Amino acid sequence: MKAFAPILIVVALFAAVPLVVHSNVVLNFLVVALMIALAGQGWNILGGYGGQYSFGHAAFFGTGAYITAILQMRYGVNAWIGFAIGIAAGALVGAIIGALTFRSGLRGSYLALVTLAFAEVLRILASVAPITGAGVGTLIKLDLRAQAFQFQSRAVFYWIILALVALSLVIAKLIERSRFGAWLIAVRENEDAAQALGVDAATVKAAAMVISGAITAAAGCFYAQYFLFVDSGIAYGTWISIEALLTPIIGGAGTVFGPLIGALVVKALGEGAQLFTGDAPGLDLVMYGAVLVLVIAFTPRGLIGGVAQARQWLTRRPAKAEVGHG
Amino acid sequence: MAEPLLIVERISRRFGGLLAVNAASLIVPEGRITALIGPNGAGKTTLFAIISGFLKATGGSVRYAGEDITDEPPHRLARRGIARTFQIVQPFAGLTVRENILVGAHLRHRAREAALAVAEQVACEVGLADMLDRPADTLTVAGRKRLELARTLATEPRLLLLDEVLAGLNPSEIRDIVPVIRGLCVRGITIVMIEHVMQAVMSLAEHVFVLAEGRMIAEGTPAQVAADATVVEAYLGHGAAAKLGGAHGH
Repeated sequence: MKAFAPILIVVALFAAVPLVVHSNVVLNFLVVALMIALAGQGWNILGGYGGQYSFGHAAFFGTGAYITAILQMRYGVNAWIGFAIGIAAGALVGAIIGALTFRSGLRGSYLALVTLAFAEVLRILASVAPITGAGVGTLIKLDLRAQAFQFQSRAVFYWIILALVALSLVIAKLIERSRFGAWLIAVRENEDAAQALGVDAATVKAAAMVISGAITAAAGCFYAQYFLFVDSGIAYGTWISIEALLTPIIGGAGTVFGPLIGALVVKALGEGAQLFTGDAPGLDLVMYGAVLVLVIAFTPRGLIGGVAQARQWLTRRPAKAEVGHG
Repeated sequence: MAEPLLIVERISRRFGGLLAVNAASLIVPEGRITALIGPNGAGKTTLFAIISGFLKATGGSVRYAGEDITDEPPHRLARRGIARTFQIVQPFAGLTVRENILVGAHLRHRAREAALAVAEQVACEVGLADMLDRPADTLTVAGRKRLELARTLATEPRLLLLDEVLAGLNPSEIRDIVPVIRGLCVRGITIVMIEHVMQAVMSLAEHVFVLAEGRMIAEGTPAQVAADATVVEAYLGHGAAAKLGGAHGH
């Protein structure tokens, strides 16, 4: 249980926020940051622990968002059930992409390009298919009842996304401490050596993509319920692929808290930039780029790695030269 | 007598125009140390890569424990009990020594605690007990070779393929590790070793196969092989055996 204490403390602190802060602006900021943290945790399972860099996590996010929205609006499915099916659909898309890419042995930049292509194909399909509402998108009818997964109060949405993030943190921690996690990290570090030790690399990576897809899809499902609108540019847009991979890398890829820290930092900087410059479009992206360059230049293992480095430096233990992996 | 543990029959491997391994055969009886020697570029590592599933054979077959295992993928062979080390060590550089060995131990032990116990025990056996929490990339060459050995041992193999575990070690480090290898054999692990350090081959192996230019040119006890004229020529060039013989005559 001791291993899970940090998660419990962090989640408890976050849970107390709406009791103290009533500003909708702050809560809205935190809800969006937590949603990105959830999407990022999905990426982190595959990219951070498994070293398989996907540039197309929008494929999962968008599938979750669309499935949740379409099931409700076109088939009258209950929102909560739609939410669950959306997550399952994300896992299924993960299984399909995982089987196709890893069975054919794609690695590194090829994997990045192919995942990007999958997301783009889905985006283009969603922008023309009648079932997704094509270019118009799908609007979820306002129905502020708990059984419709809609709430008057921001705080309730906040606690729901926090619960999902908490669950994702526990999943990451469980993976870290399991045989599957040891194998996944071994594949990241050296795939040949892992195989020589009996690791079925293709299956391990595909399984990681299923989990990864489910978690990022959950963020997409939440997006649909929170904003009550999806279109192809939002659901399958590159923005979410970029945020899903940036947040763990900036926070610390392959760590439990990396995506959460990264999401808070990135979102805070994005908001800060907007305060100073008004609504100049694309400025948040410039901001992300700058932060990414700084992080990679100074703490290749993300902010969490940077803290560890700083602590080592302060306690004056002669720090060994860190060699970034991957 | 039962069938030998490993039977490599007329294995060939072609890389484009180069026949790296040419109908090489090898028989490894259970519980022994067998050495595979040969000049650089003879195809030894290629043959190991085929046995351990990392390369597909162009022709021929590999039988292990009475079953045909030709072209099975490496992870499945590891499950059958065939473990290999890499000539160029491949540590999981970002992980500690303990975490490195743990990966191997997980093959037979799902539970983390059980796997950790195996990892520690193996670390003691190869002399890495003091370094369990060191990052793997801070180990010396000798340490990395030990780690390579420890990880494969943690998979609890029946057949161990050692690809030059002694290369790059100094004489005192070799003296330290030779008894470790002998100990593994005593424990019942069958070992095939590729080795250039002849002193170690002579003291460890009971049977030696010699590969040159992809062909198996000789086999026998270490002493027989060392005296074999074709082996001497393979290493020192055509006519060398005669010259050496002549030198003895004077």
